[in-house]
Amino acid sequence: MVDQAALENDHPLLVATSLSKSFGRIAACRDVSFALYPGEVLAIVGESGSGKSTLLQLLSGQLAASAGHVSYRMRDGVARDLATLGEAERRFLYRTDWGFVHQDPAQGLRMAVSAGANVGERLMAVGWNHYGRIRETASDWLTRVEIDTARIDDAPRTYSGGMRQRLQIARNLVTEPRLVFMDEPTGGLDVSVQARLLDLLRSLVAELNLAVVIVTHDLAVARLLSHRVMVMKGGRVIETGLTDQVLDDPREPYTQLLVSSILPP
Amino acid sequence: MNAPAYNFAYLDEQTKRMIRRAILKAIAIPGYQVPFASREMPMPYGWGTGGVQVTAAILGPADVLKVIDQGSDDTTNAISIRKFFAKTAGVATTTATEDATVIQTRHRIPETALSENQVLVYQVPIPEPLRFLEPRETETRRMHALAEYGLMHVKLYEDIARFGHIATAYAYPVKVNARYVMDPSPTPKFDNPKMDNCPALQLFGAGREKRIYAIPPYTKVVSLDFEDHPFEPYRFNAPCALCGAENSYLDEIVTDDKGSRMFVCSDTDYCEGRQAAGHHGSESAAPYKEKAQGGTNG
Repeated sequence: MVDQAALENDHPLLVATSLSKSFGRIAACRDVSFALYPGEVLAIVGESGSGKSTLLQLLSGQLAASAGHVSYRMRDGVARDLATLGEAERRFLYRTDWGFVHQDPAQGLRMAVSAGANVGERLMAVGWNHYGRIRETASDWLTRVEIDTARIDDAPRTYSGGMRQRLQIARNLVTEPRLVFMDEPTGGLDVSVQARLLDLLRSLVAELNLAVVIVTHDLAVARLLSHRVMVMKGGRVIETGLTDQVLDDPREPYTQLLVSSILPP
Repeated sequence: MNAPAYNFAYLDEQTKRMIRRAILKAIAIPGYQVPFASREMPMPYGWGTGGVQVTAAILGPADVLKVIDQGSDDTTNAISIRKFFAKTAGVATTTATEDATVIQTRHRIPETALSENQVLVYQVPIPEPLRFLEPRETETRRMHALAEYGLMHVKLYEDIARFGHIATAYAYPVKVNARYVMDPSPTPKFDNPKMDNCPALQLFGAGREKRIYAIPPYTKVVSLDFEDHPFEPYRFNAPCALCGAENSYLDEIVTDDKGSRMFVCSDTDYCEGRQAAGHHGSESAAPYKEKAQGGTNG
């Protein structure tokens, strides 16, 4: 018997081929290529201005690349170029098979509607029409991200920063996406809350076999979550490899600088 | 009488043509909001400038006009608009639903069933049903274009989470012809079922927002809901105090400062018609007698 799931994991989910993006004379992103496999967590690290966020926007189809392309393997197994997807298809992908966790939860959440509706929105968008089941699923997800279900009817503006971030994660994962983009998910949180969030993310990623592209300037986050690391500088990928290899034995001078600038605990 | 100071029905012919083009497009795409170049009218926004422009564009000399405001034929708004068209177009006006060919309405659909030779013109304050959930107009238009209406259910979800039932009582969102989600203007949700498969043409005009939309005759109009919380029209549980009607939409009228109230039909024409036909309710003694006396004198 051939294990179908294992076979699935042999094909890359997302492939970037010599992606470039320039804004006028400024090249924000130059010739980036990589493949991401199901269940794999890729961290993109680098200082601010190195092109991390631009790359994330290119990968998630929010920006059109100046050169190169991104292809994504749909649920039916066919790899499609993101640039050729229609807007309706891309938006559908966005709210079913993908997730996007913003640094600022206010961008990813509807702050004025209750937590339950925030989690349920994607379900209703794909045609769920049974209040009881939507609510049950929402409260199930709140439990999974360690939010007290008694607060299901409270709006996220009454939540703390850490809770908002966890709510945002629940909202993204409710449709069981295969690929999640994260832009500095732990930025602006204090260390103990960060640690809990990272713990939660790590278990969810393993449990759901999620592929994740995570942009961060925090090497500790990269070390904890990711399998592979890409180091960016001036729009180029200067070093890439397994996380422990890159962080424990950095080759490039810039990576060495980055690693050595972490304060010892 | 002097030569009329205005063009027929106030607006000039080019403007009426522009509005008619918008109306034709709206009829061709049921529930879709068609932008149009709304004009200044001699009344403030919020008084029905959209409805008046639509009425002006479709009115012909042979038409009989009825104007209702919250169901009533005799409020300031209804009387002013009726007089406006009597003066600028010289058309016959009426308060009887069955005699009218064009009915301009604010927030109600008449209780008397409409027929194929009638047009119902709604005054609309806010045409965009997604407005309060998604404030960006560029985004809501895209959502309409792609039929992404999950957000509308978020609103209904919020209602149930907060109140235990769908508490939206007016401007209850509907899906027209299985495609566009539409705001039926602030009519009570009691009136929503009357929009479905209605023989009359229904036109909606929003003057300030510069939008026209339409429901052609015999079009399917479905009120949004959840499987386990189905749509239910709301009505006060009482008969009309004047005509005893059990199935009409009622207004609640506070009668003193000790908590007394009476419920009467919001549709005054329907109520008067029933009273004239001999129906009466618990409070109808005085006007009923008056009418009877008037009958003997005349």
